[in-house]
Amino acid sequence: MIDAAKIAALGILTLLFAIAANWGTDPVYRFHAFLLALLSAGLFIWSIRRAGGQDRYAIDGPRPESGYNDDVVRAGVIATTLWGVVGFLAGTYVAFQLAFPLLNWDLPWTSFGRLRPLHTSAVIFAFGGNALIATSFYIVQRTCAAPLWGGRNLAWFVFWGYQLFIVLAATGYVLGSTQSKEYAEPEWYVDLWLTIVWVAYLAIYLGTIVKRREPHIYVANWFFLAFIVTIAMLHVVNNIAIPVSIWSSQSVILFPGVQGAMVQWWYGHNAVGFFLTAGFLGMMYYFIPKQAERPVYSYKLSIIHFWALIFLYIWAGPHHLHYTALPDWAQVLGMVMSIILWMPSWGGMINGLMTLQGAWDKLRTDPVLRMLVVSVGFYGMATFEGPMMSIRSVNSLSHYTDWTIGHVHSGALGWNGMITFGALYYLVPRLWNRERLYSISLVSWHFWLATIGIVLYAASMWVTGIMEGLMWREVDAQGFLVNSFADTVAAKFPMYVVRALGGALFLTGALIMAYNLWKTAVGAGETASARPVPAE
Amino acid sequence: MADRRDVDEATNTRTTGHEWDGIKELDTPMPRWWLWSFYATIVWGVIYMILMPAWPLVSGATPGLLGYSSRGAVERDIAEAEAVNAPLDAQLMSVDIASIAEDPDMLRYAIAGGGAVFRNNCSQCHGAGGQGALGGYPNLVDDDWLWGGTTEEIYQTVTHGIRYEADPDTRFSQMPAFGDILEADEIAGLAEYVLSLSGADHDADLAAAHQQTFIDNCSACHGEDGTGMRDQGAPSLADGIWLYGGDRDTIVATITDARYGIMPAFQNRLTDAEIRKVAVYVHGLGGGE
Repeated sequence: MIDAAKIAALGILTLLFAIAANWGTDPVYRFHAFLLALLSAGLFIWSIRRAGGQDRYAIDGPRPESGYNDDVVRAGVIATTLWGVVGFLAGTYVAFQLAFPLLNWDLPWTSFGRLRPLHTSAVIFAFGGNALIATSFYIVQRTCAAPLWGGRNLAWFVFWGYQLFIVLAATGYVLGSTQSKEYAEPEWYVDLWLTIVWVAYLAIYLGTIVKRREPHIYVANWFFLAFIVTIAMLHVVNNIAIPVSIWSSQSVILFPGVQGAMVQWWYGHNAVGFFLTAGFLGMMYYFIPKQAERPVYSYKLSIIHFWALIFLYIWAGPHHLHYTALPDWAQVLGMVMSIILWMPSWGGMINGLMTLQGAWDKLRTDPVLRMLVVSVGFYGMATFEGPMMSIRSVNSLSHYTDWTIGHVHSGALGWNGMITFGALYYLVPRLWNRERLYSISLVSWHFWLATIGIVLYAASMWVTGIMEGLMWREVDAQGFLVNSFADTVAAKFPMYVVRALGGALFLTGALIMAYNLWKTAVGAGETASARPVPAE
Repeated sequence: MADRRDVDEATNTRTTGHEWDGIKELDTPMPRWWLWSFYATIVWGVIYMILMPAWPLVSGATPGLLGYSSRGAVERDIAEAEAVNAPLDAQLMSVDIASIAEDPDMLRYAIAGGGAVFRNNCSQCHGAGGQGALGGYPNLVDDDWLWGGTTEEIYQTVTHGIRYEADPDTRFSQMPAFGDILEADEIAGLAEYVLSLSGADHDADLAAAHQQTFIDNCSACHGEDGTGMRDQGAPSLADGIWLYGGDRDTIVATITDARYGIMPAFQNRLTDAEIRKVAVYVHGLGGGE
């Protein structure tokens, strides 16, 4: 009966998408409708072939008998690695485009304007988002001692639904579809789809916590829950738009003018705050104690910094709009909350670093732990730099310059990237039931390539950003501007090359990781480990 | 529930007694320096929000004890800068444009100020150094002028623009698209003749055969010898300097479809003193007459 309903529903969906592909008024809309029609047709045929059969689960290979739903986590680990490489490649490419504009090829699809959102969405939502979904599913089951709520199908729906969102967003960018909101570029129907997927994700997460067999909720789960709930709210409010027609990808944003800008940066800053900070702190609170095999440093600190962080972050958005049409009171309020946010952010760094007390020696021998700890170091640096840059007088120098880009990347590459790499190195041997990673020395290579890459990136952007800010405001004795905009662009060229090289190093490290994880998962390390392994 | 709190040996600290998947928590107090720094930022924040506009009210917001406003600060800065330069601007406006260059102090001031105006308003098309760009953006460093290179003529061009239809005094001329008038082979021959004018590589027979075509169709604006005509803004075709490109294909395209280069009028964007300064600056770039 269920099979019949499913087949009928997929058949109708295929038909509806085919109609949309026919009636669509713009090429992106028609392309997406065609893609979705193909997808539903494929699922339709697949459902017919599987009708009445036993439920079978994909991905073979030895698995731990944990009783948890780890299939979806394994898929998430693979997706994180793949999207990471794609996102870093896109980023390195657009970095070279800025140094050598020839690489735009004078084609709309390969122009910087379209590839940049492809890069930002690929690293934040595809790489970061998959890392968050996969690790949160892994962690919530273990710290609640309960399997994922909602059964296997709901978890798979979240995973594949999220991948579909990524593909629709990415193809839309390349074909020129955007609602021109930074980090929220996808058009209305992609936003609606993500809302559905996200609500399912929230249901799984809440359900698992409600069904937990532990008396308390672990701190990592507070952070993950804050991340999921707040992102849902931010996503919905920021994307309120009226479609031009249901047959068009175009829409009109509801909020006009400076109010629209405020809503956008309320969203944009909290995407950083709740996606890239709160969510990844959830990862930190699990993987650092596990890898260091030490208790969390301070329970009290975790409570206070959690609530302070959650309360304060949501106010900080206006610091993206200093010296604009935004009223002064909103700018001041955003700046004050950003500065008070400094210590609550550092609470997470302290708890991460100090968890190592009694185990500092492990940093010498364990590159995975080193990666996790360095990520917390970059987190601390970025969360000091952020409040500093939110000060209006500092911002008048840094705003619109590459300093902002450097700040974002020391956070994204250093904190989000490194902690995700550490988590992947932790997860793959356990998820594929292997004794150890294929190669520890390759982890060291990855660590150093990534670290040097980040240092090149951040340092070159500091130099070029501050130089650019100073050149923009440089006036002669009579108050006349000294430089034209093109002069500042020309002056940035050497730093653009250094930045692109830094990105290339980071990308190389990620490729080494992908190789290492692949070899680990297929069990290549097992036969080689005939030599005695020292006891931990 | 039994008290499961135990003491961690490495740090000699009690744990909270919670355990999840093997992870325990220490009952370490919050670091004092952290807590006091947090308090300090809160105290600073409260003081700052009293001093500055910070909280919305029904209409407007709390003004703050310092009475700060972004717009006020910018207006004050601009007024200060203008006050410093006001005597020089008054002097600049009191003489006729051509004689600005005669007073060295005035010239220095006009070039400094005109340079800033140029970098903000003109460099987007004419290049940061005034070198121009292929595609219809004239070089301002050479002595090849379309509409005239004296300071007054440059002033006129900047004030009213070129083919800028919103300004009734704009400089105007229009080249017809000869694709509608001549046959393709005539245009091809004409292009050879145009190439010959600047001594470029060309087909001499075709060029000679189409000299009359040039005289009939082009010389009214570009002159019989092809050296152009300033009243029409018609460029010289004999000097090897090209706005859109001097290769055979581009010349054929130019003759066929014509060109219609537009420069905006700046009289509503810049003050008269600024236009005077930028005219002196452009005049001084090297090619001024």
